[in-house]
Amino acid sequence: MATYILRRLMEAVFILIGITMITYALLYLIPADPVRQIAGRSATPETVENIRQQLGLDLPFYEQYWRYVSALFQGDLGRSYLQKTEVSELIASRLPASLLLMVAAISLELLMGLVMGTISAVRRNSAVDNSLMVISFVGVSAPQFVVGIIFLYIFAVKLNWFPIGGYGTFHHLVLPALTLGFMGAGWYSRMMRSSMLNVLGQDFVRTARAKGLGKARVIVRHAVPNALLPIIAMIGIDIGIFMSGIVVVESVFGWPGIGQLAWQAIQRVDIPIIMGVTLVAACSIVLGNLLADIIAPFVDPRIKLK
Amino acid sequence: MTYQQNHHPVLEVRNLITRVATPAGAKTVLDNVSFTLQAEETLCLAGESGSGKSVTALSIMGLLPPSARTTQGEILLEGRNLLDLSDRQMQKIRGGDIAMIFQEPMTSLNPVMTIGRQLKEAISIHQDVYGKEADAKALRALDAVRISESKRRMVQYPHELSGGMRQRVMIAMALSCNPKVLIADEPTTALDVTIQAQILTLMNELKKDFQTSIILITHDMGVVAEMADRVAVMNSGRIIEAQEVKKLFQAPSEAYTRALLKAIPRLGSMKDTPSEAKQLTPEGKPQTPVLEVRDLTVRFDINGGLLNRPVSRVHAVEKLSFDLFPGETLALVGESGCGKSTIGKSLVSLISAKGTIKIDGQEVTGLSAQELLPVRRKIQMVFQDPYAALDPRMTVGDLVGEPLVIHKLAHGRELIDRVENLFNRVGLPADAMARHPHEFSGGQRQRICIARALSLSPKIIVADESVSALDVSVQAQVLDLLQELQQELGLSYLFISHDMAVVEQVCHRVAVMLLGEIVECGPRDIVFSNPQHPYTKQLLDAVPIADPTVRRKERFLPQGEVPSPVRSLDYKPEIRSFNNLGQGHFVREYA
Repeated sequence: MATYILRRLMEAVFILIGITMITYALLYLIPADPVRQIAGRSATPETVENIRQQLGLDLPFYEQYWRYVSALFQGDLGRSYLQKTEVSELIASRLPASLLLMVAAISLELLMGLVMGTISAVRRNSAVDNSLMVISFVGVSAPQFVVGIIFLYIFAVKLNWFPIGGYGTFHHLVLPALTLGFMGAGWYSRMMRSSMLNVLGQDFVRTARAKGLGKARVIVRHAVPNALLPIIAMIGIDIGIFMSGIVVVESVFGWPGIGQLAWQAIQRVDIPIIMGVTLVAACSIVLGNLLADIIAPFVDPRIKLK
Repeated sequence: MTYQQNHHPVLEVRNLITRVATPAGAKTVLDNVSFTLQAEETLCLAGESGSGKSVTALSIMGLLPPSARTTQGEILLEGRNLLDLSDRQMQKIRGGDIAMIFQEPMTSLNPVMTIGRQLKEAISIHQDVYGKEADAKALRALDAVRISESKRRMVQYPHELSGGMRQRVMIAMALSCNPKVLIADEPTTALDVTIQAQILTLMNELKKDFQTSIILITHDMGVVAEMADRVAVMNSGRIIEAQEVKKLFQAPSEAYTRALLKAIPRLGSMKDTPSEAKQLTPEGKPQTPVLEVRDLTVRFDINGGLLNRPVSRVHAVEKLSFDLFPGETLALVGESGCGKSTIGKSLVSLISAKGTIKIDGQEVTGLSAQELLPVRRKIQMVFQDPYAALDPRMTVGDLVGEPLVIHKLAHGRELIDRVENLFNRVGLPADAMARHPHEFSGGQRQRICIARALSLSPKIIVADESVSALDVSVQAQVLDLLQELQQELGLSYLFISHDMAVVEQVCHRVAVMLLGEIVECGPRDIVFSNPQHPYTKQLLDAVPIADPTVRRKERFLPQGEVPSPVRSLDYKPEIRSFNNLGQGHFVREYA
């Protein structure tokens, strides 16, 4: 187990280096000039050149990248071009809000998705199944900024149940978490439904019935634990999708997390912040997948980590 | 036997009709099925697939799929009609009064629950005992089925147990609540013959210990002869004939039963037919083998550790050598995991192997894909499962013609002509070419697979368990076809099989495999009448004989499990020499 985790972490280092390379190259290739953003429109060419030299942006691409990566290995994420603050500090101040939102949204989507999927599978082809699948279809297909705005309109503007935006109380959390979790709930309900249908047709479910177990017990004790197995691997991958969702949802609801930070940085070509947030996102995806793989053998005794 | 005519019936099924909803309307799958089961009796429901055996069992258990319904009839358990009971009442019956075990021990247990918990669950709901007491009862149930190290099994998961052990656990679970009736649906079909012998013996012993009546569902007339007091033969949803077992085998009254009994391959039926030697030409000169295998070795690494390096190794095939002569059928027999299928795959270069393989005089190992192409034409394969071996989205005409297209041997009108020809040759109408695989029965599909293998006019066909998935009557037809083709075309077969009776029928020579090595090899008649290696003897002894009069009281029972070919990295295989007993009969040295 320990060797397995160690090996995976070693792999993770290479993955992260690869990600810095790709992100850096992409940022270099985009036509926007960060120095113009910093200096403003009225700056003289000399000032622009000065700033460029200060930030090392006049150096060749590979040298810029080398500087970044060597600093990174010393734990230095660099300074924001515009806010003049350490990127690590900025991220540290924003991360708790994002984590809170993520935990809430993941719990919500799993709860909704798994329950909906199980009910759908057990009541296969009934009216209940059909209506749940319509809801899940909306979840899967509607863009999050649309869903977020509709939720805002209904629950905040019309019904006045929740605040329009902001951060601080449980009330503030509900709508963003719901918006973020809605799409996942759609995915998970579909996956859980097909996974359950598959499991319900398996021999051991028949064995459980032949033992004399009641229907509810067969479903809860025998079918659901087995149907969850493929879902667990998905949760790891899901964190990646979440990361992109968070950028949108935090902006719609004014949630002060790293998604919002990233959104602002992208608009101003604040390269160190973009790099920092990308790395945090990549780390969380790698760790999320690792976590899913570590949990798997506890849920499925057939899996051995090697 | 213990069977007595005047026992009172435990279970009585009267005029049972079960229907299944299909897109084409309701289909009757059980048509007026009636039978009785006496106390401590074993009743075999015998018949081919689709005859309604399993549906009968599921109807009794009330476990029919949602699309099926019992529309008429009575199922009386000691006088009580089960069809009148509510679902809650039926739960008490299921696992309590009537228990059931299934065909697939590999999938019939919940993979994420320990053996102990699964056993206790059954005990708790029917006997209202929990905790320590339930533990003790579960352990006693495991001991009753004579499983080794029963305490340890309690905390193990199903995947840690072999197939035979899992079936023992299923039996323990079924008997844990002292059921009046045990329904066993093909309980040994998925198991190796030696393990099958163990399980059948166990069931007979437990029947006495627990005073349980057994309904045994099987397609294998050998198992019927071995186990049954009475037999009900089923065909297309009806009971054709119900008889005391000896009467049924001696004097079957129905034509269907006679045909069924006639189709079974019987071990020993070829005793008086000497096997042809194909090593010599008709003029008596030595033949050149069409396939020469020397020191074939296939090993698979199992990786692990920090750098994902090999930690142990599967010795699937070890230094194996044999020849196959023109027009000859060489059978490779052995139990699961002995490496017989690996040999087949390495011969057609589907997996890489060490050693030399010469096909028609040409060395195959080390050839590039391009160089391999012409050699591949000479050796083709027919697989076990005709349902999985054909791409469901292609027409069967395209499937049979595909090898010709790949090898650029025919196109256009010529291609169609050749495919038509192949269809005729395997006994299928040429107008079937435009249809898809799902429109054919299992036997027809296997004919299609054979036609595909023949399309390149190969010299050798590797038949990997090619008739194992077929019903006996269909199996007999396909075997006949293979033999006809051999005579017509001079084909050589490498016939890979676990079924000793089938092997005896078709092969000229036989090689018995254990743990990746041949332990005995020789002409069919000599090996079958005078086996030398203890493993060959054990295999032959374990085969159920389709004759109730020669039922052996004391079986020579192989103990334990089929051994595993997984070894440590530094394992050096023992090199043992072969004793030549003359007439081409070789036996590996044994302790």
